[in-house]
Amino acid sequence: MKKLLALFSLLAVFTLAAAEPQVANLRGPLDLTEEEEAPRMAREVNDDIRTDRDYPMAAPTIPHKIDGYQIDLKANKCLSCHNRQRVEESQAVMVSVTHFMNRDGNFLADVSPNRYFCTQCHASQLDVDPLIDNDFVSMDELFDRAAESH
Amino acid sequence: MWSRMKQGLARAWNVLAKPSVHYSLGFLTLGGFVAGIIFWGGFNTALEAANTEEFCISCHEMRENVYVELQETIHWSNRSGVRATCSDCHVPHDWTYKIARKMQASKEVWGKIFGTINTPEKFEAKRRTLAEHEWARLKKNDSLECRNCHQFESMDFTAQSQRAAEQHSTALASGEKTCIDCHKGIAHHLPDMTGVPGWE
Repeated sequence: MKKLLALFSLLAVFTLAAAEPQVANLRGPLDLTEEEEAPRMAREVNDDIRTDRDYPMAAPTIPHKIDGYQIDLKANKCLSCHNRQRVEESQAVMVSVTHFMNRDGNFLADVSPNRYFCTQCHASQLDVDPLIDNDFVSMDELFDRAAESH
Repeated sequence: MWSRMKQGLARAWNVLAKPSVHYSLGFLTLGGFVAGIIFWGGFNTALEAANTEEFCISCHEMRENVYVELQETIHWSNRSGVRATCSDCHVPHDWTYKIARKMQASKEVWGKIFGTINTPEKFEAKRRTLAEHEWARLKKNDSLECRNCHQFESMDFTAQSQRAAEQHSTALASGEKTCIDCHKGIAHHLPDMTGVPGWE
């Protein structure tokens, strides 16, 4: 009996292994040993058009290329246009005043060190269709829905 | 010692001032001409050899620092495959200025011999100074080495991004700014930019 059970379970394992992968994943329905052709590299959006923000504290996306921008202790390429002293000449958007506030809530003359690394929150965008549909609902839409239901 | 040197000079002058005894005028003029060609050709060939990338990266100071940094940039690899090498940006093409730069470069031989930047730490410590030399040179010659390839007259603003076109058609066109004013650190890492105009 024990032997038979072992045999059956082994058989079950083999049949499962041979079956088509049923789990949906980003790779698509491909065998583990196969590799899908990689999609073309997408271009970085560079149109300088500001995008919508779904909530007030949302970090705005970067609407231009940031190829090779150096952001380290020695230099910050972003701030060479977006810093307070630079916006008059560059006519770029100044970094938000919250970035001048340190962790104790005091305003500094320069961008606070804990807000220095821009790309931690801000990202340039690629011109691609999302791999997975996004079902995020903005608060504005929630307000609308709530108003309708009342 | 001074008088001995003076004596030697006088003797040399005597030899040069006297007509030749052993060699014909034809030999001397033609020989001088041929020797001149060989010398001049050799001189220029040597200069050109010192302008090649192989020569630049034969020193580890260049090979392991700035050369590696260049490889991340658009001047190393891009859509059309046009590539800039060290001398394209760092040595003037025009002969007079080239010789002047080559003479300056003798200081770099000194630096190589005495190991001024022979460790990554020493190189980092000198990075700002070295960068400032290049910024100053390009500022002074109106970014000549940039313009050897990137000609303002051939720029199609409509093919540029809006932001680029705006800057190039105003600040650059009026001569108020030159390439290096905005395009610092496009081929190598930037040094500590504290206090550099435009990097407040």
